[in-house]
Amino acid sequence: MYMNAVSPERNRIHPHKFTMWVAMGSIIMMFAGLTSAYVVKRAQSNWLEFDLPPVFWISTVVILASSLTIHLSLKAFKAREMPRYRMLITLTAVLGVAFALLQFAGFSALHKDGIQFFGAGSNPSASFLGIITGLHIAHVLGGVIALLVVFLRAFSIKNKVYTSVPLEIVATYWHFVDLLWIYLFVFFNSIG
Amino acid sequence: MSNEAVLHANVGVSGHDAHHDEHHGHHHETFISKYVFSMDHKMIAKQFLITGMVWAVLGGLMSVLFRLQLGYPDSTFPWLEDILGKWAKGGRISAEAYYALVTTHGTVLVFFVLTAGLSGTFSNFLIPLQIGARDMASPLMNMLSYWFFFIASIVMLSSVFIETGPFSGGWTAYPPLSALGDASPGSKTGMDLWLTAMALFVVSQLLAGLNYIATILNMRTKGMSMTRLPLTIWALFFTAVLGVLSFPVLFSGFILLIFDRNFGTSFYLSDIFLSTTNTALPNEGGSAILYQHLFWFLGHPEVYIILLPAMGMASEVLSTNARKPIFGYMAMVGSMFAIAVLAFLVWAHHMFVTGLNPFLGSIFVLLTLLIAVPSAIKVFNWLTTLWRGNIRFTPAMMFAIGFVSLFISGGLTGIWLGNSALDIHLHDTYFVIAHFHIVMGVASMFGMFAGVYHWYPKMYGTYMNNTLAYIHFWITLIGAYLIFWPMHYEGLAGMPRRYYDYGVWESFKQFVELNRFISTVVIIVFAAQFFFLFNFFYSIFKGRKVTTTNPWGSNTLEWTTPIKPGHGNWTGEIPEVHRWAYDYGKDGQDFIPQTVPVGDNETQH
Repeated sequence: MYMNAVSPERNRIHPHKFTMWVAMGSIIMMFAGLTSAYVVKRAQSNWLEFDLPPVFWISTVVILASSLTIHLSLKAFKAREMPRYRMLITLTAVLGVAFALLQFAGFSALHKDGIQFFGAGSNPSASFLGIITGLHIAHVLGGVIALLVVFLRAFSIKNKVYTSVPLEIVATYWHFVDLLWIYLFVFFNSIG
Repeated sequence: MSNEAVLHANVGVSGHDAHHDEHHGHHHETFISKYVFSMDHKMIAKQFLITGMVWAVLGGLMSVLFRLQLGYPDSTFPWLEDILGKWAKGGRISAEAYYALVTTHGTVLVFFVLTAGLSGTFSNFLIPLQIGARDMASPLMNMLSYWFFFIASIVMLSSVFIETGPFSGGWTAYPPLSALGDASPGSKTGMDLWLTAMALFVVSQLLAGLNYIATILNMRTKGMSMTRLPLTIWALFFTAVLGVLSFPVLFSGFILLIFDRNFGTSFYLSDIFLSTTNTALPNEGGSAILYQHLFWFLGHPEVYIILLPAMGMASEVLSTNARKPIFGYMAMVGSMFAIAVLAFLVWAHHMFVTGLNPFLGSIFVLLTLLIAVPSAIKVFNWLTTLWRGNIRFTPAMMFAIGFVSLFISGGLTGIWLGNSALDIHLHDTYFVIAHFHIVMGVASMFGMFAGVYHWYPKMYGTYMNNTLAYIHFWITLIGAYLIFWPMHYEGLAGMPRRYYDYGVWESFKQFVELNRFISTVVIIVFAAQFFFLFNFFYSIFKGRKVTTTNPWGSNTLEWTTPIKPGHGNWTGEIPEVHRWAYDYGKDGQDFIPQTVPVGDNETQH
């Protein structure tokens, strides 16, 4: 009710959206710190080299697909096509969880080859892979939780949600963790 | 989304709407929602301030305790056993307790007092008030940031009371002492609690920093362009940017440390034989230096996270009380920007003697010494602001001038330490202690005191007592110099820091009396802080009432709010800004607030 009454201000970006962008900068710094540590450590002695198993390619395709579905769900939301929006956002969440599972499948494939991530006898190169991708999975799952929240809000009958801002923020974040994985994937394949 | 919409969307407090003035003051707030889980930025600021004060007393008391050991190594104090128990058997602090006290003092003062207590307080208090916003971009995140800090505080405090004691490996928590539970008593549960507390603290700082940045960039009132912002806001902005970009890197360092501690990885550990358990560890291929890189990539920006808010507040207080515009506003902003950028490029000067490549070291020397340029610009501008000013020596002004004095004294020794060649001699000596305590510790405390004395009338609607404040100021200023100035000589003589007892060195016996002198002054200065504490809490209830909205004759927006502003800050519309914040003594007028439109015959800023 106050929205129209008091908006002589310039047409600025929504503060919450902006906060998301700064937060992404913050997350980038964390992963930059970790991958820099990786590069530094790699240049020193005792570094185990191994190839990533092919399942990581599948997970990459899955997360790329999920970016497409969330983009389409945002379009559906803005067009007020709610059934289509709900279907797409569910699909996105499912793809997110599938991505996490596929990453774990990749870890177990490596484990079968005798690569140990943690504990006695582990090499920092494998531990780095485990921690960096593990943190990334945590960020994806955080996105899944955010999706569930906006998803449940879409079902609420009492409060009809018309603003697309929360969904836009989640979508931005989702594309971001997608890009972050692409960066990590390229990083591990070229530097690792 | 407008200021109002953010406030109402998040708080659900109906209130200060321009078109519904009659609603003002009618919203119901319970004790819990007003004082405990408050989303009002002013209340959160007070929560940060008072928590920070509790920590400052505890951290200061710790320094008194370990200074007792350093000043009177041969004496016993039976009352120490009464309060510390087995940590001070026979009235003398044990070596473990000494290291635990030094470590906790450092951690607490750097993070809990001078980061959360300083920027937490004044970012929360001043950002919405000085930019003309109802509240933060996200009041909920703001509240969460305080409560994460509070939980971090509880966890850190609890580590003092456990059987094996708090962490004792230094506030930097270098591995292997921090990574191996068997390395020392403090490395066991104490370190787990330290890591937990610090992880929670990082979360708190990130939530806070995101909010500060979003608020400053998105929620300024009409007419408040970036170049009209008071320097306090610029300083708090750069502080938040530094925090948001550097704390995640510290966090990644902590994650690796946690895995080394608990999950058997070897990021920081290699080829270690532990004499306490008489075992050779299986860890191979790790590098302890890696942790230092990750730590100091935060650790150095952290110095400016601590210092920048003090700089900003000193600028504001100096200009207001000199009744003169700040000298070189854009140069001040530019130099703060330069400091913020350079802060990320100098971390390795903490690591000159770790076997760093000397060529790389020389680059870090150059970048480090470059910081002298913006620092000197700022000092020059403060002095020229004071020059021929119509100075009012309010307590806040005294502390702001004291800040400038300390910043000069401590900054000059930074030029010594920034040289990698000199650092070979000076590294890890009392010279370093003296340098960083003056330039970062005491100077920032002075900035904080200046801020508290200056904005106290806005916080509580009363004044603090001036006489007590002057006593507090002079004892603290003189005491700070008496404590830290002699340490330069000790450091130049090669006296290393972090030792429990210097009696075993023939070369440092000459300093026995000097150390006793320093410790005595420490006790006096610590005691003098109770003038401040008493003044602060007494004045909340019994202080002289503020009767005018603008007691200092200041230009900034916070003084256009009611004497005791409610949630939402302004009862009517948020005022519009027409000029910068420093029109003091212009055209024969004592001051012209930012809300006054520019007249016909005036030049515009």
